[in-house]
Amino acid sequence: MKIHEYQAKQLLAAHKVPLLQGGAATSSAQAVEVARGLPGPIWVVKSQIHAGGRGKGRFKEDVSAEVLAGVVEGTPQPGKGGVRLAKSLDEVRAAAQDMLSKTLVTKQTGIDGTRVNTIFVESGCDIARELYLGVLLDRANGRDVVMASAEGGTEIEEVAEAHPEKIFKVHVDPVVGLSAYQARQIAFFLGMTGKQVNACVKFVQSLYKAYQAFDCSMVEINPLVVTKADEVIALDCKMTFDDNALFRQPQVVQMRDISEEDPTEVQASEYDLSYVKLDGTIGCMVNGAGLAMATMDIIKFHGAEPANFLDVGGGATKEKVTAAFKIITADPAVKGILVNIFGGIMKCDTIAAGVLAAVTEIGLQVPLVVRLEGTNVELGKKMLVESGLNIIPADNMADAAQKIVAAVAAKEA
Amino acid sequence: MAVLVNSETRVICQGITGSAGAFHSEQMLAYGTKFVGGVTPGKGGQRFKDSVPIFDTVAEAVRETGATASVIFVPPPFAADAILEGIDAGLQLVVPITEGVPVADMVKVWRVLQGSKTRMIGPNCPGIITPGQCKIGIMPGHIHMPGRVGVVSRSGTLTYEAVGQLTSLGLGQSTCIGIGGDPIVGTRHIDALQLFNDDPDTDVVIMIGEIGGSSEEEACAWAKQHMKKPVVGFIAGATAPPGRRMGHAGAIISGGKGTAEEKYRAMEDAGITICRSPADMGRTVKDLLRAA
Repeated sequence: MKIHEYQAKQLLAAHKVPLLQGGAATSSAQAVEVARGLPGPIWVVKSQIHAGGRGKGRFKEDVSAEVLAGVVEGTPQPGKGGVRLAKSLDEVRAAAQDMLSKTLVTKQTGIDGTRVNTIFVESGCDIARELYLGVLLDRANGRDVVMASAEGGTEIEEVAEAHPEKIFKVHVDPVVGLSAYQARQIAFFLGMTGKQVNACVKFVQSLYKAYQAFDCSMVEINPLVVTKADEVIALDCKMTFDDNALFRQPQVVQMRDISEEDPTEVQASEYDLSYVKLDGTIGCMVNGAGLAMATMDIIKFHGAEPANFLDVGGGATKEKVTAAFKIITADPAVKGILVNIFGGIMKCDTIAAGVLAAVTEIGLQVPLVVRLEGTNVELGKKMLVESGLNIIPADNMADAAQKIVAAVAAKEA
Repeated sequence: MAVLVNSETRVICQGITGSAGAFHSEQMLAYGTKFVGGVTPGKGGQRFKDSVPIFDTVAEAVRETGATASVIFVPPPFAADAILEGIDAGLQLVVPITEGVPVADMVKVWRVLQGSKTRMIGPNCPGIITPGQCKIGIMPGHIHMPGRVGVVSRSGTLTYEAVGQLTSLGLGQSTCIGIGGDPIVGTRHIDALQLFNDDPDTDVVIMIGEIGGSSEEEACAWAKQHMKKPVVGFIAGATAPPGRRMGHAGAIISGGKGTAEEKYRAMEDAGITICRSPADMGRTVKDLLRAA
């Protein structure tokens, strides 16, 4: 799960991570109110969307399609971005008016962009240096890792690619936690001097505490800034969470912003279905994540593109199968559907009944190929054939993929 | 023989009285697994299916039954605790099936596993089976057949798909290990390859990976130097978009790392025979054996 920058900063504040003062607003009047309560005389007005690259992003309503295409490619473009500097309350109001309710396109949003519903107004500061700090899980050795780099403002993946030696990592032993000496190593690697050292140590320690306390899967401070007054402050913050741990993070769950998510994916999650929208034309419904990915791959292998990833889970009930069908068929790009179920212990006749119920209820406008495997497979196939519905049975994965690709091609021709 | 489990393995189930635990315990019993007990705190002294004794603690179950392995069906908030109890009781093998265990909990479990005598398979996995001898987990027993192909995979149903293909071609399996789809799992591809490499009853291995993490690359680096047996490889998720979690918590391409292409490259570099279509996993093994 992802949250907005202003929400992440609320969570960081709870663990005393040094931040600039600021507040969120959903109207320009509110933005001015927030700004009035801050010291000034410089404010930063920031669009709140889940994707990164906001400063270099451009608003759909303001610029041409070519400019937007350039933004998505990551090339610098003329015009104003999603993060603005304001030198007066009037400028705060103008910036807010200019961004709210518009669609921001960044390198990460893709060409469709994301609507800005909230902005964050923050005090400005005198920046001396911009650095990078991140915490995440290192899967290879099963420990959290704190990563630091002096290359602030750049995406860490780019630094890792071009200059891996410019990234310093410390691994955290879960028994002892992050030690002060490790935080000092980071401070000295980042070139901190004088009272910056202790400020940085405190920053790193409180950041790791916040990461742990909220079951984050990643916290990224980019940039981390050192001010001309030797303070160490989080200028931006990106936080994502371990979905498995949300059951014990009620405060985080409350921060979920459904408007940032794909409506179909939200609908799928309500039925406990794992769904990801893709760009192709063959809808798929599969049980199990690995088999669902493999089914997408075999569609491509036989010359078409999958329209989605959809895992109905181990216990695919009739209700789940019906819900999955509705979600797949609601996508106008879907020209054919492939159902691939390896039932195993589950009975194929139960699955066949679910498919038939779904098709009977919502109709079938496109070719449907069903491949069933597992207990009572013959009975399941017989039920599909005898239903009189236009369902094409398949014997195995390759057969299923070839049949759906051919059926869609025949219908298009 | 096979690896890790056989007809002598004495198995208990933690969470035996829950719905999933009860259902699959029955299936394991029916398969012929030497299933000797169950654990549900507070239900000690009762019996499962009028025969299998239930204990309050794992330590007690181990003491009374001589169990060496445990399958865990405890819900996510309590799963890590159940695993720790199994490690503390000195089990050789713990197999948490549970999906959805918080990653931070697994970081602690992983730390405790180091230096212990316990091996963990999972979590979020189908389990491990030595066909005809011992089934620990939720896989459908009837699709398996005793034989000499080792299977290791991060997935559940995709493993069944591979096994189904092998069995229909007349190729039995020595042991099938479903290592699980989470970011932190107790047994990785590399561990499974090492076990199969040393197992006199395994002739060839099929290694099934998926996008995300570097478990496959790690295994390939080892296999390049040490693997003496032929390996067939498939990676699921060649068509998966970056940055999106594909069902499994661990199946995500992040920062451009963990793509199927990278993993296929690592496999080819290690001399592993790759197959690009999941429908060809069984056939590729058969062709390889014929050529050998």
